[in-house]
Amino acid sequence: MAIDILMPALSPTMEQGKLAKWLKKEGDKVKPGDVLAEIETDKATMEVEAIDEGVLAKILVTDGTDNVAVNTPIAVLAGEGEDVSAAASRAPAQGGGEAPPAPGPSAPQQAPVPDMQAEGMADRPAPDARTDSDRPVAEPATPYIIQSRTSHDAMAEIPEGTEMVTMTVREALRDAMAEEMRKDENVFVMGEEVAEYQGAYKVTQGLLQEFGAKRVVDTPITEHGFAGVGVGAAFTGLRPIVEFMTFNFAMQAIDQIINSAAKTLYMSGGQLGAPIVFRGPNGAAARVAAQHSQDFSAWYSNVPGLKVIAPYTASDAKGLLKSAIRDPNPIIFLENEILYGQSFPVPKLDDFTVPIGKARIHREGKDVTIVSFSIGMTYALKAAQELEKEGIQAEVIDLRTIRPMDTDTIVASVMKTGRCVTVEEGFPQSGVGAEIAMRIMENAFDYLDAPVARVTGKDVPMPYAANLEKLALPSVAEVVQAAKAVCYR
Amino acid sequence: MAVAARKAGRAASGAANKTTPNKGTARKAAPNTPQFDQDQDLSAYNDMLLIRRFEEKSGQMYGMGLIGGFCHLYIGQEAVVVGMQMATREGDQVITGYRDHGHMLACGMDPKGVMAELTGRRGGLSKGKGGSMHMFSKEKHFYGGHGIVGAQVSLGTGIAFANHYRENGNVCLTYFGDGAANQGQVYESFNMAALWKLPVVYVIENNRYAMGTSVNRASAQTDFSKRGLSFGIPGEQVDGMDVRAVYAAGQRAIEHARSGKGPYILEMQTYRYRGHSMSDPAKYRTKDEVTRMREEFDPIEQVRRRLLESWKLSEDELKAIDSQVREIVNAAAEFATHDPEPDPSELYTDILL
Repeated sequence: MAIDILMPALSPTMEQGKLAKWLKKEGDKVKPGDVLAEIETDKATMEVEAIDEGVLAKILVTDGTDNVAVNTPIAVLAGEGEDVSAAASRAPAQGGGEAPPAPGPSAPQQAPVPDMQAEGMADRPAPDARTDSDRPVAEPATPYIIQSRTSHDAMAEIPEGTEMVTMTVREALRDAMAEEMRKDENVFVMGEEVAEYQGAYKVTQGLLQEFGAKRVVDTPITEHGFAGVGVGAAFTGLRPIVEFMTFNFAMQAIDQIINSAAKTLYMSGGQLGAPIVFRGPNGAAARVAAQHSQDFSAWYSNVPGLKVIAPYTASDAKGLLKSAIRDPNPIIFLENEILYGQSFPVPKLDDFTVPIGKARIHREGKDVTIVSFSIGMTYALKAAQELEKEGIQAEVIDLRTIRPMDTDTIVASVMKTGRCVTVEEGFPQSGVGAEIAMRIMENAFDYLDAPVARVTGKDVPMPYAANLEKLALPSVAEVVQAAKAVCYR
Repeated sequence: MAVAARKAGRAASGAANKTTPNKGTARKAAPNTPQFDQDQDLSAYNDMLLIRRFEEKSGQMYGMGLIGGFCHLYIGQEAVVVGMQMATREGDQVITGYRDHGHMLACGMDPKGVMAELTGRRGGLSKGKGGSMHMFSKEKHFYGGHGIVGAQVSLGTGIAFANHYRENGNVCLTYFGDGAANQGQVYESFNMAALWKLPVVYVIENNRYAMGTSVNRASAQTDFSKRGLSFGIPGEQVDGMDVRAVYAAGQRAIEHARSGKGPYILEMQTYRYRGHSMSDPAKYRTKDEVTRMREEFDPIEQVRRRLLESWKLSEDELKAIDSQVREIVNAAAEFATHDPEPDPSELYTDILL
């Protein structure tokens, strides 16, 4: 019987893509392994291979169609001995923009999923909790102009009258690097797949073309080695940006990061520092299990001699990365894979930087302070919306920098609200939340109306199964519950 | 020479170290060893003697409780760093591990500053915050002084990367021991250095013992000059007790690296007379082995003999050099003993710029 060929997902995070080109035409015989078509997303191009043998009876989605939802039938294949015209006529109606359920265990066999996941070669899925209910607050349409702002405004660093453009975190990071590389010959990027592959997560897209192989350096898979090479180069005054494909792999390099980069300035009595940025995706992506799903914010923030940055918005990602590249100290710049594709307004300025070590009040409120950073902000902001419905005004602070931590902003807020909830995806013990709670005790104990509560990832290695993974991560419900608890509601 | 080598071989075979690579092979190169002129011999003598006397004083001060923590002495290995340094030119960099006092002195760093760092005083080269294993001098192109075994190999490769990036023609001498040679990042670095043709010379100071573990007990391939073969990195074994051999090999290696041909490995066959650190139990080798190495291969004695026999210097002239060196070392010790400790406010400085 006729077989529907469905729009495949390049990765489990992909929801839609472009049908770039058909390589077979109606009436062509196909056998398993034949390449039928090419599909594209903003990150990658992949070939759709045939799984079954037969004749391509009908093409349902034509070349060049954008925004084709995953699992939409794109063609009909007539099976062996089957009447091609009959198969073509029973073709289902084209389902262009509808979003079928995200691929999961029940994904039809006819959607061949190319294996792009090996070692983080493609975006990985956001679990339902993070794709559906916890999507960042919708971005405004582009472009728009900031008319007014207050000191606590999310756009505090941006002058009034600045035009804003919408871009993804990925693009913002790329622009930050490109701008700093144009400005300073000493800045270069090194890491696995940063050059010819255009970045495992496409963060370095286009840099090789603009700056050449001398300044955009593909390394072998050798984290310990290239981290040390980067630090050595930084000792001489170059300004390396060392990309780790993910920070999980930086565990192999952590000796060079801590013992060589972070400590040498002190051990040399101030003579020799390492102006270097270590950057890459940190924390849990999705469905990649324990070894590829760890948040290292607390680890690096434990070490004097490092600055640790973990932005949430594209604007902060850009402004902070530019500041990090210019900073004379070793910087750990923790990105998040799930956030790479999220869009935010970014100021259209020639040279926009955000100061390191300054938290930002992302949302003002009087009843409870929620402190978070990076992807934790998605839970915090969604929870704040939920709480508002129940009459609780939550103030949401985006730390942006984990070390040095902006204690003043946290304390000022807690003095106003008297209550605090911390949110992070990392482990609870000795986590960032634990540190925040301690600082509040040290600085604002008398202002507290309730003990500080923390919402964290669970104290378990990250499981693979979708349901368990969801349980291991924080949830909006947990944040809401914690906020209500500290409000005695 | 040949007789001495056989003797050393017998001495070594008495110990656990049955097939030490340090004997024989290096000595074979002896007939080709380049000759030094009088100035070179005098300069090498002076520089090696400074290290020897400095280290002896360090050991003494450690015993007096003036130096704390770890203290790894370079005695016996002086010809390596002195010969290599003679082959460098201004701008070439040096980086090494924790047995680093000799390298700093050879780079021209102030003995007072080095000694005061050992005693943890404010006049130390790292203001007393680094100690024996962590000193640096941008001015003298010395990049440390690194306490994690093998870490300096990636770092030195990175310094060479920067030379390559800047096209400044400088070469980074990256020193490490036979122990560090078994660390994984050494090979990660070899790979990148060969891949990108970085101007780096890897100087493996094979002093036969990684702490208390002889090379035979730790290394499947004890010919360290071959450790870069699979990356296409040329290497040679060098008599690291003969400063002339070191110098000549250093020239070859540095020229290779400087001319854009990529990294080069020199295995310096040397020997440390003292323990790994001051707290070494010395149970892993015989006293006899150490005594024979000192008596028959001492790098300073070799030059001293040439100065007396070939260059006809008098004992008095050598004594004058010796006393000059002692003066420098004593002044350093004096300074390091009486210089005040760092101000408590220094606790919180130099963490970030």
